[in-house]
Amino acid sequence: MIAANSSEIAPLSGFAAKVGLSFDVLLLQGSTSEGFGAGTVFQANLSVFPPADSLASSIAPKTNGYSYIAGAATMAGKDVIARLAGLIDAGMVSDVVSVASPTRFVRPVVAGTILATEEILTNLNCFTVRLSSFSASSQGSSLSESVSLDTTGITKRIAVHAGNGSRPDLTQAKVVVSGGRPLRDAATFERLIGGLADKLGGAVGATRAAVDSGIAPNECQVGQTGKIVAPDLYIAAGISGSTQHMAGIKDSKCIVAINKDPDAPIFEFADFGIVADLFDAIPELMNLL
Amino acid sequence: MRILIPIKRVVDPYAKVKPLPDGSGIDTSAIKFEINPFDEIAMEEAVRIKEKLPDTELIAVSIGGAECEEQLRKALAIGADWALLIETNDQLDSGVVAQELAAIAKELKPDIILMGKQATDGDNNQAGQMLAAKLDCPQATFACKVEVGAGSVAVTRETDQGTETLELPTPCVITTDLRLNEPRYVALPGIIKARSKKLERRPRSTSFSAKVRTISYSLPPPRAAGKRVSSISELVAELKGKGVLA
Repeated sequence: MIAANSSEIAPLSGFAAKVGLSFDVLLLQGSTSEGFGAGTVFQANLSVFPPADSLASSIAPKTNGYSYIAGAATMAGKDVIARLAGLIDAGMVSDVVSVASPTRFVRPVVAGTILATEEILTNLNCFTVRLSSFSASSQGSSLSESVSLDTTGITKRIAVHAGNGSRPDLTQAKVVVSGGRPLRDAATFERLIGGLADKLGGAVGATRAAVDSGIAPNECQVGQTGKIVAPDLYIAAGISGSTQHMAGIKDSKCIVAINKDPDAPIFEFADFGIVADLFDAIPELMNLL
Repeated sequence: MRILIPIKRVVDPYAKVKPLPDGSGIDTSAIKFEINPFDEIAMEEAVRIKEKLPDTELIAVSIGGAECEEQLRKALAIGADWALLIETNDQLDSGVVAQELAAIAKELKPDIILMGKQATDGDNNQAGQMLAAKLDCPQATFACKVEVGAGSVAVTRETDQGTETLELPTPCVITTDLRLNEPRYVALPGIIKARSKKLERRPRSTSFSAKVRTISYSLPPPRAAGKRVSSISELVAELKGKGVLA
């Protein structure tokens, strides 16, 4: 299991348990004493997360002797693990949401409208795993060993623009508040969606349309081509419910839709729906919390 | 400068698709096929690079059945100079596609390979990274801005946290995300002109076989219908009742 940070270990351990194998963890950043049943947690303690090409090259020799190599289905995970699969000539299954057997894996395709069962045909395979679909099956300390990765490479990072500030990570937040294009502009989006999210200690999400029109930052996009979320509470304000957006939220435990169009498709998915203008509803909701 | 643009034929991304009744495949009987939208963004970006650097050759390549000609003609209409169709009806996975593309890249020696981050049918997001690994060249996935310099490319890419800019020496592989550009509408003269552009057909040049295959397709379980509430206070009460609000 290749974990970018310690919070990925628990769901990755759940994947290993479903496959039915013992496992070790290569932890790239941060440290932990909780291995969730791992044999050994190899801690690389990288001070910065390297570009995928040099990172994959540094990980490849460490995968010797393992037949299942899995990481998170995050953007970083997809970037690195697929390159790693190419380097070590492994088969690969992306975005695994459930394990049907040790050689058969279920994953969403065609923007989440269809579930495909894929079979691995050789003995060496890489996986990216939807973190929201797996949870830890056991607890317990593991052996810890430090490992050194040589991540020098020819790709240089020349700028970084991180977005979400103090809010929780969208893909792991317990509460997500999302907005669509009706929010009109970035300031209104931040005041209403950001304000409600902060009130609930949640993360901020957005539709593709809201991101494309510059109302919300790129990294907030929720949907099949953006982030996949599965919070306890997902509040969708001014979101009609396109297939590609719903594919990103359908594993949320409770979906609340606020939309002034009573025929918006999102009402068919939402656990609770209210036909209301979000400009009235959100301030009212914030007052009641 | 030479840019290679791999193009995948996919089911119309805006059509509602469903599995065949026996789950053996996807029902494509009443569905059109299109260029994978992310590949179309890659093709558009290549044309924009050529508009700035006219001494650039754009080669579109597709791997698949004879019907992929349709998508290659579209790529030619957008602005590819010529196209290559690796004709095969073999079952392909991303690894096989990467191996075939690597063989072509070794022959044609493009400075940049620009392709979609994923295809909208399989949603794998693997081929570009695997290709870069096979070529032992740098990669930048999820590109939202591409600036070509002398012997290097600066790529701004979307990340889990925001964006970052990488500087990659060429040759390199760049995979495109949604916000890189808005592909142009191709007018009729472009479509007519594309008919006379060169389209070369070849068989596969490698014999790798797929390491992963899809054995069945099904619909995800539907979510149970929810409840309409008529006021925000009722909503808050329901959420508290369900335990999702403290």
